[in-house]
Amino acid sequence: MRLTDTLRFARDAATGYPMRTTLSVLAMSIGVAAVVILTALGDGARRYVVAQFSSLGTNLIIVLPGRSGTGGFNPANAITSTPRDLTIDDAGSLRRLPGVRRVAPLAVGTSEINFGGKLREVMVAGSTAEFIPIRNFEIAQGQSLPEEDWNRGSSVTVIGAKIREEMFGNNPAIGQLVRVGDRRLRVVGVLKSTGQGLGMNTDELVIVPVSLAQAMFNSNTLFRIMIEANSRDAIPGVKDQAMETLKQRHRGEEDVTVITQDAVLATFDKLLGALTLAVAGIAAISLAVAGILVMNVMLVAVTQRTGEIGLLKALGATARTIRLAFLAEAAMLSAVGALVGYLLGQLGAFALRQLFPVFPAYPPDWAVIAGLSTALATGLIFGVMPARRAARLDPVQALMKH
Amino acid sequence: MPLIELSGIERRFLLGDTTVHALAGLNLQINAGEYVAVMGPSGSGKSTLLNLLGLLDRPNEGTYKLEGRDVTTLSPDEQATVRSSRIGFVFQSFHLVPRLTAAENIALPMTLAGIPAAERNRRIAQALKDFGLENRADHKPDQLSGGQRQRVAIARATIMQPALILADEPTGNLDRHTGDEVVNLLEALNAKGVTLIVVTHDQGMGARARRQLIMEDGRLKADLQQTAMPNLAQISG
Ligand SMILES: Nc1ncnc2c1ncn2[C@@H]1O[C@H](COP(=O)(O)OP(=O)(O)OP(=O)(O)O)[C@@H](O)[C@H]1O
Ligand SMILES: [Mg+2]
Repeated sequence: MRLTDTLRFARDAATGYPMRTTLSVLAMSIGVAAVVILTALGDGARRYVVAQFSSLGTNLIIVLPGRSGTGGFNPANAITSTPRDLTIDDAGSLRRLPGVRRVAPLAVGTSEINFGGKLREVMVAGSTAEFIPIRNFEIAQGQSLPEEDWNRGSSVTVIGAKIREEMFGNNPAIGQLVRVGDRRLRVVGVLKSTGQGLGMNTDELVIVPVSLAQAMFNSNTLFRIMIEANSRDAIPGVKDQAMETLKQRHRGEEDVTVITQDAVLATFDKLLGALTLAVAGIAAISLAVAGILVMNVMLVAVTQRTGEIGLLKALGATARTIRLAFLAEAAMLSAVGALVGYLLGQLGAFALRQLFPVFPAYPPDWAVIAGLSTALATGLIFGVMPARRAARLDPVQALMKH
Repeated sequence: MPLIELSGIERRFLLGDTTVHALAGLNLQINAGEYVAVMGPSGSGKSTLLNLLGLLDRPNEGTYKLEGRDVTTLSPDEQATVRSSRIGFVFQSFHLVPRLTAAENIALPMTLAGIPAAERNRRIAQALKDFGLENRADHKPDQLSGGQRQRVAIARATIMQPALILADEPTGNLDRHTGDEVVNLLEALNAKGVTLIVVTHDQGMGARARRQLIMEDGRLKADLQQTAMPNLAQISG
């Protein structure tokens, strides 16, 4: 039989039994759709986290108070308490290290901002002028914090876009005096809106000089010191020297943790990549189940069409022709199932992206290819047995079953 | 050289502990162009003989020569090729594929043999005309009458221009009138030179054949040749 005739014959046979065809196509498509959607979720999470970490800044090295137990990055460090103060002078000492471009100390806390009777709670970041370029923030209006002695902060502030809008509406903000906690500060700049990101939401942030923030929160310690290295290659050197410098300043005690953005990124990338793979593996099990279903459906088809198989043999069909016809039918069921599943999966991923616009829920290519080929392969493999059974039927016996 | 030459054919079936001799020591020669009716009581081995002649079954012993060639030793695929090109089957229950149209059912042997679509369409058009099925080409079997179904089946059996047509009770599911039409069609094919072997329980129909094989318990009880007076046979039926 010619290939096109085999395919047409298989297609007619499949459409001739709509119920069982629909069921096996459905099973296969659910399997493929599961792979596509779940890996879209997993990979979306990975991309989201990586993008967020990258947006923190480039060539970033972060010093946090407290010693890391494991040596590597441990997310728990982000929330451990402070055993020893990390001071503004500690930060200052790092500015002179070779390979360092910028250093910004960071102290954070919450307070209230008050202007013209309007009051709201705000996140206050105490830092220096360098904080803004290190974190890749941009100034929309006015200017940044003044370059000055880090220990003598002037009474000025740079405010987030949303704060400006809520406090000032359509009126100019630059030059106005606002009250933050118990201080009266002059607004010198407004940040460009960035939207919600990992870590702080800059739109609802108020940036003040670091010493001012420490006085406001009555604390001597810093939350972080952020260091920007000159280049990617300089990062390891700067990391070691920062550690060494701070150790000396802290009387030989290694009571700080220095992490690099690269390490954090790599860890999350690996972690979430593995998660995606695991999820894809689980979804692939449903593909195997679908394959078994296709096999069952084809076995039923062979039983149902025993008389027809006998007829085909009487009409001169070779065993190979019959094998191919049934194999083509199984392949068709899984191919259509795979295609429908792929479309359903892409639709699902699209719906996810519509619902959560910040979340890049795109299925990775490898998952799509693996999902589709697994579907086709299982369909074919599980189609072999029924096809061989059909080809081996005794024509006389088969003809009697009509 | 006879078209069919059977010698010492044995076909046994094991049913539990007992052996059924469906065909026992059968010797038979049929020449090309003959019209043979196979008759006999139920269970006498008529269908078994026909399956054997159609290469759907193999004898336990004996040789079957078709057109001078020993076909019992052929591989299953070689037998399939012989069936495809030399033998046409007509069944009592028609055996049409329900999801295919009349034209597609007729085309099935050509499709299986890999004949190109253009040639197939040409032959189908001719067959539809020959068997009065022009207006039924796109009908599914369940939209056809019994007689029309058997006409489709006969068209299918002849579409590969076989040398031999094997019909197992072709009128068994048809009323008298439609049955006669079908027999006329088969006889017309025989008149064009195709060898025709029909299994029937119907004395009248059997009498129309020029040669009758009467079977009993797997043996040939009688082999009646009617060289003369075929009209008398028709009257008596
Ligand atoms: N597959 C089989 N297994 C066991 N016995 C069989 C098989 N096929 C046929 N037989 C036996 O062989 C004998 C001949 O059967 P066959 O079908 O040839 O008879 P028949 O002459 O065609 O009868 P009918 O007129 O009823 O169709 C019967 O006794 C039958 O029971
Ligand atoms: Mg019979």
